[in-house]
Amino acid sequence: MAELAIAEKAEAFVDYLAAQERKGLLRFLTCGSVDDGKSTLIGRLLYDTKLIFEDQLAALERDSRRHGTTGEDIDLALLVDGLEAEREQGITIDVAYRFFTTDKRKFIVADTPGHEQYTRNMATGASTADVAVLLVDARHGVAVQTRRHAFIASLLGIRHAVLAVNKIDLVDFDQDRFEEIRADFECFAEGLKFDTLVSIPLSARYGHNVLGRSDSMPWYEGPTLVEHLETVQIEDRVGDQPFRMPVQWVNRPDLNFRGFSGTIASGAVHVGDSVASAVSGRTSTVARIVTMDGDLPEAGAGDAVTLTLADEIDVSRGDLLAAADARPDVADQFSAHLVWMSDVPLFPGRPYLIKIGAKSITASVTEIKHKIDVNSFEQLAAKELHLNEIGVVNVSLSAPVAFDPYERNRDTGAFIIIDRQTNATVGAGMIDFALRRATNIHWQALDVDKASRSALKGQKPAILWFTGLSGAGKSTVANLVEKRLHAMGRHTYVLDGDNVRHGLNRDLGFTDADRVENIRRVAEAAKLFVDAGLIVLVSFISPFRAERRMARDLVGADEFLEVFVDTPIDVCRTRDPKGLYAKADAGQIKNFTGVDSAYETPEHAEIRLDTVAATPEQMADEVIAELRTRGLIEV
Amino acid sequence: MSIDRQSHLKRLEDESIHIMREVAAEFHNPVMLYSIGKDSSVMLHLAMKAFYPSKPPFPLMHVDTTWKFREMIAFRDETARRLGLELITWTNAEGKAAGVNPFDHGSSYYTHVMKTEALKQALTHYGFDAAFGGARRDEEKSRAKERVFSFRTETHAWDPKNQRPELWRLYNARIHKGESIRVFPLSNWTELDIWQYILAEEIPIVPLYFAAKRPVVERDGMLIMKDDDRLVLKDGETVQERLVRFRTLGCYPLTGALESDAATLPEIVREMLIARTSERSGRLIDHDESASMEKKKREGYF
Repeated sequence: MAELAIAEKAEAFVDYLAAQERKGLLRFLTCGSVDDGKSTLIGRLLYDTKLIFEDQLAALERDSRRHGTTGEDIDLALLVDGLEAEREQGITIDVAYRFFTTDKRKFIVADTPGHEQYTRNMATGASTADVAVLLVDARHGVAVQTRRHAFIASLLGIRHAVLAVNKIDLVDFDQDRFEEIRADFECFAEGLKFDTLVSIPLSARYGHNVLGRSDSMPWYEGPTLVEHLETVQIEDRVGDQPFRMPVQWVNRPDLNFRGFSGTIASGAVHVGDSVASAVSGRTSTVARIVTMDGDLPEAGAGDAVTLTLADEIDVSRGDLLAAADARPDVADQFSAHLVWMSDVPLFPGRPYLIKIGAKSITASVTEIKHKIDVNSFEQLAAKELHLNEIGVVNVSLSAPVAFDPYERNRDTGAFIIIDRQTNATVGAGMIDFALRRATNIHWQALDVDKASRSALKGQKPAILWFTGLSGAGKSTVANLVEKRLHAMGRHTYVLDGDNVRHGLNRDLGFTDADRVENIRRVAEAAKLFVDAGLIVLVSFISPFRAERRMARDLVGADEFLEVFVDTPIDVCRTRDPKGLYAKADAGQIKNFTGVDSAYETPEHAEIRLDTVAATPEQMADEVIAELRTRGLIEV
Repeated sequence: MSIDRQSHLKRLEDESIHIMREVAAEFHNPVMLYSIGKDSSVMLHLAMKAFYPSKPPFPLMHVDTTWKFREMIAFRDETARRLGLELITWTNAEGKAAGVNPFDHGSSYYTHVMKTEALKQALTHYGFDAAFGGARRDEEKSRAKERVFSFRTETHAWDPKNQRPELWRLYNARIHKGESIRVFPLSNWTELDIWQYILAEEIPIVPLYFAAKRPVVERDGMLIMKDDDRLVLKDGETVQERLVRFRTLGCYPLTGALESDAATLPEIVREMLIARTSERSGRLIDHDESASMEKKKREGYF
C-alpha cells in the first residue's frame, strides 16, 4: 500500500510538472524615475514568489549592511542591482533580466534604468516586452521621466501599460491622492498607443498589492500587480499577420537537401502554401516543414523551423520569405523613428551598416525630418541626433530590402544601426513606411558611358583624394599634379575645399554634421566627373574616416586613391598660410580641425606624402609615378 | 514525450535555436564550449535541433582541468561519439606542468590558471571568433545583465559598462580581427526550465546528478567525493559511503555533494522546487569574494 501511495505521489508530481510546462510566458519591463523603487519592486516579486533561496538571503543581509539604504531592513533592491558600480552608486545603470514564476505564468522581467542618460537601455528592455510597468512615487506623482518612459514604451510597440503608484504607504494609503495621479496619467496617455492601462496603488517595500492584497486600502477593488500580470491578455499580434520568415541560414547537409532555416516572424505556414522570396519576387510552394522532432504540417509565429521548397529558386541568408499573396514592402528608402544610442552623434549622409531581419546592408540617413522632445513631444528641427535622442528620419539603403511597418510587425519592421568602424550598435530604428521615390527615379541609362568617354581621352578615370590638416600642403601638391597631367595631355579637374564652399556648399558651416554633408556632396560630384572620364583631384581636409570611406565606396575599387598629405600639426601651425591657426587658437574660429575638432588619420592610404621630408615637386612626381604603376596613365 | 508546442519551454527553445543559427551564419570560426553539465547537455541538444538535418557546423571544446569527475570524462567522450561531433579538449599545459591543483593553490588561483587562462589559451590557439557558453541569467547577479552576444576584447576581457545595446532579435555580430563574442543561448532559461526540458526531451545527463551511494569526505562543511587517489585525507577525515547526488558538476575537489535520495528526474525536480539552497552554493569558487563572478568575467572567465 505504501509503495502505491508513493507511486501515486510521483505520478501526481509528473502531472504537476506537465501543468507547469504548459504555462505561458510573459515578458514585461519595469521603468520609472530614479528612486521610484523599480529594483525594490522586482526584489519584492522574487521574494514573494519564493524564488529567493536561503543562501541568497544570507548574502543579502551581509550586503545590506554595507550598501543598504533602508537601515535595518533588508534592501530588496540589492537583489537585482548586479554590477559593482551600481551597488556603489546606488542606481541601476544597465538592463537586468530577472525570472519568476507563478502558478499561471512564467515571467521574464527587464529592469531598466531611470536615469535620463540611460534611455537607450530602456528602449532595449522595451523592444522585447509585451507589458510596461511604469512606477511613480505616490508622493511626487507623474514625473517628466514617467512621461518619457511611457512614450518610449509606446514607441517601441508595447500596447499594455500598468501605472504602479508606489510608496502608497508614505501618503497614508490615500485614495484621493491615488485617483489624482491616475487621472493625471490617463489624460497624458490618451496620446499614446496603449490598448490597456491599469493603475494600481502599491508598496513594493512592504508588499501591499504586489502579490497579495492589502488590508490598508479597502477602497481599491482592482487586481494586485501579480494578478493583473497573470491575466492580462496579450493578443496574438503577429499570429494574424501574413506569413514572414527571414532566412537565417541555408541548410545544406548534402546535395539532396536544401532547406531554409529561420524563425517565423509572423503568420503561419502550411505545407503546400505559396511563398515568395520578397526582394526577387520569385515564388514556390512549401514542400516540407522540417524539425528534428519530425516534419510538421504547419508552423506559426515564433517557431524556429527549416522549410524546403518545391522549386530551386535562389534564396539566401538575409532574404525574407513571405506569403505570396500578401507580400511585404520592398524599397531602398523608408521613413523611420530612430533612437540614437551612441556618444558620437548621427550625421545625415554618413554611411552606416543596418541589420534588419537577417540582412545586413549599407545605409545612410538622408534627412532628419525632426527630432522629438520626449518631455514635451514637440517636434524640433535637427541637423544631427545625439545620444538618447529620438528622431524621425529618411533612410536610404544601398539596395532594396523587404520589410513591414513596425506598427504591424515588430520583427520585420525593426532595425539596428551599426558603426562601420567601431562595430558598435549606435541606433535602433522602427520603420514607419516605404518611400516610393525609389521606384520613381530610375537611373537614366545612356548610350555613351564612362568607358567610352574615358577611351576617347585615352585615360582611365579616377579620384585622387588628398586629405590632411589645414595647411598640410594638399592644394599645393594637387595643383602641381594637375599641371603635370595637363602637360601630358590628360583630362583633369580639381575640386578644392575652399572653392567648393563658395558655391555648391555655400550653405554649409563647420559643425560635424555639416562637414559630413560637405564631403558627401563633393564625393558625389567627384563621382559624376569620374563618370565623365576625368581624373579628379579632390583637395579636402576630410577629417573623418567614415566619409572618406563613403567616397571610396562610390566608385570602383581601382578608381580611388587616397593621398594622405602627412604634415604634423606643429608644422601646419608654423606655416599657417591663411592665418587660420592663429584665429582658431585665439578662439575666433570654432570647430577647427586639429584644434578643437578631430582629424582621423588614414589607416590604409594608397599614397602617403611626408611633407617635411620632401619638396612639393618631389611629392608630385611621387603621385605621378604611382598613377603609372597602377596603369591609370600610360607610361 | 516532447514539449507542448505552446509552452514557455517551446518559446525558450525557439529563441536558443535562433541565436545559434545567427552565430553559425555570421561567424567564421565558432566553437561550443562543452562543460559536460546539465546546461551543456541542453545547449548541445538545442544545437542538434537548430541545424537538423545538418550537424552543428562547429566543434565542441572542453577545457579539461584534469580534475573533473571520471564519470564526466566518460560521458563527454560517449556523447561526442554518439552524436558524431568533433570534440576538442584543452588543458593548460604550463599549469599542469607546474602542478597547479585545487588543494595546494586554493580554489581561486587554481580556477584562474586551469579554467580562465586555459580557456583564453584555447580560444587564441584555435582563433575562434565566437564561443557558445551555457550560462544563464538566473544563476548570478552580474550574469543577469550580460548580453546574449557578449563582446570580448583581443585579450578576452569583458567590460560591463561598455556593452552593446541588444534589441529585438537583432544581434550585432560585427567584430574586428582578434576580438570575439561569447554567446549565451540559454540566457533566459532558469534552472527549473533546464530540468523540465531534460525531462520532456529525455536528454541524457551525467549519472552524478542522480542519487547513489558514493564515497565522500566532509571538508569545510561540504561533502567532497573521493573520485580518485589524489584526494588525500587530512587528519580526522574519513571516507564514508553516503547516498548523495550533485546539483552542479565541476572539478570534483571543489564540488559539494548533497545528501539526497532523488534517483529519477521527477524526484530531482521536486527536490529542486523545495530546495532551500541556491545552485551555485555547491561550488566553492563563488564564496571567495563578494562580486567574485563579475571580477572573474572581466578577466575572461565564462
